[in-house]
Order: sequence, then C-alpha cells, then structure tokens
Amino acid sequence: MGLLTGLRDSITRVTDRLFSASDPKRIGIYGPPNAGKTTLANRVARDWTGDAVGPESHVPHETRRARRKENVEIERNGSTVTIDIVDTPGVTTKVDYKEFLEHDIDEEDAVRRSREATEGVAEAMHWLREDVDGVIYVLDSTEDPFTQVNTMLIGIIESQDLPVLIFANKTDLNGSNVKRIGDAFPQHETVPLSALEGDNMDEVYDKIAEYFG
Amino acid sequence: MEMPEATPTDDDGVQIDLISGARMEELAGMEKIRLILDGVREGNIVILEEGLSPDEESKLIEVTMTEISPDEFNGIEIETYPRSETADRSFLDRLMGRESTKKLTVIGPANQIQTLHKDENLISALVSRK
Repeated sequence: MGLLTGLRDSITRVTDRLFSASDPKRIGIYGPPNAGKTTLANRVARDWTGDAVGPESHVPHETRRARRKENVEIERNGSTVTIDIVDTPGVTTKVDYKEFLEHDIDEEDAVRRSREATEGVAEAMHWLREDVDGVIYVLDSTEDPFTQVNTMLIGIIESQDLPVLIFANKTDLNGSNVKRIGDAFPQHETVPLSALEGDNMDEVYDKIAEYFG
Repeated sequence: MEMPEATPTDDDGVQIDLISGARMEELAGMEKIRLILDGVREGNIVILEEGLSPDEESKLIEVTMTEISPDEFNGIEIETYPRSETADRSFLDRLMGRESTKKLTVIGPANQIQTLHKDENLISALVSRK
C-alpha cells in the first residue's frame, strides 16, 4: 500500500466514525460456536428492551443467521448509550453434518443445519469486514482460548481497527479460568461474566458504555 | 498455477505443497485463496512460508464455508504461530494499517489433519491419508 493511499484510507476511516457518532453503533457479538453469544445477546436485550434476540441451545450452530436488535438503550451513570446488537453465528473453519447427529437430529435435518451453518459463518465474516462498528468477543472460560479461530478472528478485528472487548463467559461453571483468557489476549480488556446467571452484568454494561458509547 | 512436472503415481502418500512468500506475492488475494483451497480439496497439505493477511484469512474462511459439502468437503484445518507482533506495532504502523504477517501457516483438509500441539514456536500436526 502506498504511503498516501494508506494515509487517505486511515483518515477516511477516522472521519467516517466521527461523523456517524450520533447513530447507534452496531456491536457485533463474535466468538466460536457454543461460547454463549446468543445467551449474552438475549440477556442484554431483555435487560434493556424486554425482548429476546433468538433461541439459545447447547447444540452448536443454533444461530445460523446474524440477528440484529436495534436501539438497545443502556443507561449508565445518568446518561444513555444506544447500540444495535448483532448476534452472529459462531465462527469455525469446518462444519461436519455428522456432529449434529450426536444431538439426536436426523440426517436430513443435520445436512440442512450444516448448510445453514456454513452460510451463517460466511455471513458473520462479511459483517465483520463491512458492517460492525465494534466487537464483543465471547469465549467460554472453561475452554482453551489458544485456538486458531480465536487467534485469526482477534487478528482480523485488530486489522480493522475496531474497538473490542473480550468477555470470559460461563464463570458459573466449574473449570472456568478467566486468567487464561486474559493471558491469551493481553492487549485487550477481559471482562468475566455468566450471561446465563446474570453474574457481573453491572461491569459488563459499564464496559459496553465505556468502549462503544 | 503451473503444477509440478511429476504427478503422484499411487495413493500411498500425502502431497505437501510448500509455497514461498515470493510465489504468493505475485498473486491477487482471490488467487491465493483459490491456490490454497484447490490444493486442500485435492487432499494436499499446503504450507505457506509467509502466511496470509488478516483480510485474506477472513476471505479464506468465507470461501471455505461456501464450498463445504456433506460427505465431500468438511472444511479446513489451519494453524499458524500465534501473532505476537500485533501488540507491539508502532502507532504509525497501526495508523497505516501495516501488518507483520510473515508467519508460517499450515492448511489442510479438516478430516485429514489434526493439530497435536501448538505454541509460539512449534506446530505439531498429525496428517492422515484420505
């Protein structure tokens, strides 16, 4: 990239963000499958709008389309932050329909789900490159965070210069290890929570307001 | 891409393509992704000397997803050394969007390659035949 072209692109990006500051920021909820993205999206949406975003499930790839909840108004310290939440399908580099068979799903349905899941991941990647203003990256804190998908996605988010918060979810489970996530991504702030139980949501909303307000 | 002069004569082996940074540099973004996925879909292990940019990685995931087909292609396994440069990029590098992406990358069919161990300096993988 030439020096001038690079500088011009950077300035365009900065001015785009400055002049659109009054619109609600679109915050993408990203992460691997089964990290609790939809549970978090539903928790935030229910807390501030009364509605849910989509169905939650233990079956991976339950969310196979990006779903947006608009104008979620979060009140913090007397002021209001308005965001659009985009709940995205879990990102992976592989989908095998046979994995769905293990969840008592018949073959025809498993094939359909796997096809929808692949479309959903492609859609999530597209949103990330084009359509979000900030990212909440959700990880299951009982799982090893040093995976290739996490490394690549955090790299992609950083290359877009998007503000990012890392949420260490499922702190209510045995084996939750928040420090391991903090150590894996020391360049970003990690916030522990249980979206299912609603634990530590005050800090979650403080950070959302701080980063995306 | 021009393919090797010799072609495999039996099914006993796994083909490994080691692609230099110079070779990749000649290609446009989509050509790189096609080169990788065409190889992987034939059951080859593709090793990139200098890896892909974050944007190219994003497109690789997207195109891989569009090509997954039941009982035929389950997607890819990809491993790189963790990106350690990002946190240390200078302000000017960040402003200019400059990335240090020179990191060895291994890509293979998801059903044929399994990562055994990975850390900052070592990737150990088990490769099986189709």
